[in-house]
Amino acid sequence: MPSAPGCAACRKGSPVQPFEYCRPASVAEALALLREGVDAKLLAGGQSLLASMKLGLMAPERLIDIARLPDLRGLELSGGRLQLGAMLSHGELAAAPALRAFAPGLAQLAGHIADAQVRSRGTLGGSLANADPAACWSAGVMALGATLRSDRREIPADEFFAGLFSTALEPDELLCGLSLPRPRRFAYLKFEQPASRFALVGVAIAQFEDGRVRLALNGTAQGVLRLPEFERALERDFSPAALRGLRVDEALMSSDLHAGADYRAHLAAVLARRLLTRMLETPI
Amino acid sequence: MPQLTLTLNGQAQSLEVEANTLLLDLLRERFRLTGSHRGCDTAQCGACTVRVNGQASKACNLLALQCEGATVQTVEGLRPDGADWHPMQLAFSQHHGLQCGFCTPGMLMRACAMADEGCPPERAAVRQGLAGNLCRCTGYEGIVDAVCAGLRSLQEGEPRAAL
Repeated sequence: MPSAPGCAACRKGSPVQPFEYCRPASVAEALALLREGVDAKLLAGGQSLLASMKLGLMAPERLIDIARLPDLRGLELSGGRLQLGAMLSHGELAAAPALRAFAPGLAQLAGHIADAQVRSRGTLGGSLANADPAACWSAGVMALGATLRSDRREIPADEFFAGLFSTALEPDELLCGLSLPRPRRFAYLKFEQPASRFALVGVAIAQFEDGRVRLALNGTAQGVLRLPEFERALERDFSPAALRGLRVDEALMSSDLHAGADYRAHLAAVLARRLLTRMLETPI
Repeated sequence: MPQLTLTLNGQAQSLEVEANTLLLDLLRERFRLTGSHRGCDTAQCGACTVRVNGQASKACNLLALQCEGATVQTVEGLRPDGADWHPMQLAFSQHHGLQCGFCTPGMLMRACAMADEGCPPERAAVRQGLAGNLCRCTGYEGIVDAVCAGLRSLQEGEPRAAL
């Protein structure tokens, strides 16, 4: 029976443009494939990249599948910091005893990204390199002040994120992993857009033993941001009362059919206060 | 053309595939395993859910080549020819866990993965576990009942710690 034109259920062939698929055996080999002058993209779990390619938003000539490289899948405590490989999946990290002991709030963040099927494929490094403004990892990594590690250098979280879908990574640079300082407390709270489960707005707060506080916000017009005024207030008094009267500038926030900037700004301040209440109820 | 080797519903397979072949298209078009459904085609609805090395994954958002060396199970693999219905399928039948049935294969594959993950047969945990599977008939009450019953059936006799 002939299929109806344009009917996705009856389509023949792939909705993805043809490309060359490579599965290198090492980081060095992956970098060589990245530097051969063709339009190449690194493939991690593919949960954002393949969706973009299906929509025709991206059509790389070559995909370099790095998901299984052993050097990108480590997870260990060293020198008081937790080292996480970029190709660990959200699901693996949510379940990892070492992460649950080190920063339980970050394991919880991982366990609430999208849904179980997406968490089984999507990776920490893929999410960070994609830098979706609504990504949960970006807020967590920024609040914790993680140090990101590429094939050639270390990049502090404050210098890594560079706006919407934009990072400090060079086109031929590969994100290998990151290292986290141990927080005294860390937690994350998001308000989900119910269909995609992406955060309309999310707030991550980290408090360290020396009293420093870092607060990161996602769902903004510039990707992930810190709120220094909120941080100083919480360093004086780590309680919801300390945030009374502090507002998030709506000019910072994005606006789309799901929520306006004024609503997102209001939500951000509400979420910050709620998150603090929850953090204070949780024994350290 | 790239070569792909995988174990599909218990059988070793080795074949050539175009690099841009999605796992869902491989299953439906090459193997005629049409139980995995193309619903939203944007990795939201979960009708295409299959198990890859035991983990529930959305086959519409995965390249076939990403499954090199993997063990893939589709809903057809729950009940090989002539075998009895799988306990989760029985539970869906007994608890009216479907209306039109379009979402059912994905629900079944996710629910079977939840059994292996040790999901407790409790409504809240089941709802959380099924977050990536949508039912357009909105028959969630029956689906949640069915999955709770299926989990109890599959986990019966397991040590309490596994729950």
